[in-house]
Amino acid sequence: MSAARTPVCEDAIVRLAPYARLKEDKIRQCMVLLAPERVLFPCPTTVMILERLDGSCTLRAVVDRMADEFEAPREVIAADTLRMLADLDRQALLDVQPVETGHARH
Amino acid sequence: MLDIEPAAPPSTLKEPWGEPPMGMLAELTHRCPLQCPYCSNPVELERVAGELDAAAWKRVFAEAVELGVLQLHLSGGEPTVRKDLEDLVGEASRLGLYTNLITSGVLLSEARLLDLKRAGLDHIQLSLQGATALTGDRIGHYKGGHAKKLELAKAIGRAGLPLTINAVVHRQNLDELEGLIDLALACDAHRIEVAHVQYYGWALANRAALMPTRAQLERATAIVDDARVRHAGRLMVDYVIPDYYAKRPKPCMGGWARTVLNVTPSGAVLPCHAAQSIKSLTFPNVQDHDLAWIWQSSEPFQRFRGTDWMPEPCRSCSFKEQDFGGCRCQAMALTGDAANTDPACEFSPFHDLLRLTAEDEAASEPPAFTYRRPLANAPAMGTPGLVGATKGMS
Repeated sequence: MSAARTPVCEDAIVRLAPYARLKEDKIRQCMVLLAPERVLFPCPTTVMILERLDGSCTLRAVVDRMADEFEAPREVIAADTLRMLADLDRQALLDVQPVETGHARH
Repeated sequence: MLDIEPAAPPSTLKEPWGEPPMGMLAELTHRCPLQCPYCSNPVELERVAGELDAAAWKRVFAEAVELGVLQLHLSGGEPTVRKDLEDLVGEASRLGLYTNLITSGVLLSEARLLDLKRAGLDHIQLSLQGATALTGDRIGHYKGGHAKKLELAKAIGRAGLPLTINAVVHRQNLDELEGLIDLALACDAHRIEVAHVQYYGWALANRAALMPTRAQLERATAIVDDARVRHAGRLMVDYVIPDYYAKRPKPCMGGWARTVLNVTPSGAVLPCHAAQSIKSLTFPNVQDHDLAWIWQSSEPFQRFRGTDWMPEPCRSCSFKEQDFGGCRCQAMALTGDAANTDPACEFSPFHDLLRLTAEDEAASEPPAFTYRRPLANAPAMGTPGLVGATKGMS
């Protein structure tokens, strides 16, 4: 059995689980998140965040970049992002790795 | 606010026929090495000679994508008996479908598993019939099957393919539910589907051998609730309740011809896998029509779509947009009329009979299983109705 999971936090490397796939739906003209027996329709902001979770850096770095890019208060972006990701994590749709084993660039 | 809840797709796509389907269940074959008595395949299994070939399936996949299907469930019977499965998975993947293989696992080698992964398979659902070899092999009627499944589960982990364990539960394996959840964790599955038997096809014929007691159901629900908390974020536990003990009916298939469609081995297209039990409907075939016409315009798909078809008590019910009157096939099987309210609903005049039937069967000594096999090899059997009204099988 695997060890206890890492919670979603800014120090972790967060990305979609290997069985979850973000995809453009040309028929419905929106992005969809596909997972076993589930189809989710994320809002554009959620899509933007998920597209940045490429496993190359910590969530902290992702939030920093979004705060710069959108010239928005960092704490607001961080709170919204963490809340959305915690929700996805509860649904077992994320892969969350502690930074020590993630070979991350900070 | 960020919104990641499952939601209706953008409403700009509202058409007179509703919305495009999101999922397609492709029953590639009715052949299966297992003989589970809870199988929801029709009692009259389709023959190998009538199965669609790979070219026909590929055309159907392409039509499904054009229509809006996002997820493809490759099922059966046992889909791995098809030698062209890799070819079919490859084409589905090329078309961008999320591909899910629903398998018993007993015929699948590690080498072939890797071929399927290379072809683009996204996910595997592996069935377990019990937590022990004794129970699993008895229910599947396949000696050595349980051990093969556990070997395959390890191979799935080594291949890095995501795994769901499918556990259909009933009176003869519910005492192993905790063991089934432990096995799912041991197999590194990310999800387990604990599904009480739904009584269609072979399962309906075996209902008295499968129906749990209310006490078994309550214990199972408590085990699932506990597992959901204890394994949150690690193991998703999906739970399908037995509607004979329910007050409200299930929104069967999310509503008739609303989100999913089913294609049988010979190409008949159904709004749900049991729909052919409604003998008054003639279902169109992909060999005669394209999928878009079937979904949007064919009579059987329109027959129970939406809420306009509903008689009372559904018509004036405030739940009608939530449960769509329940299951048409169950209404047909148990009340003789597919347009009736599903007897699982407490507002159905048949509801008390349904509950009494379940309690009566669960309290009796279980009869021997009638194992799923081609009819020529199966003993004569009846299809049970409700207490006091047993119907013969035609």
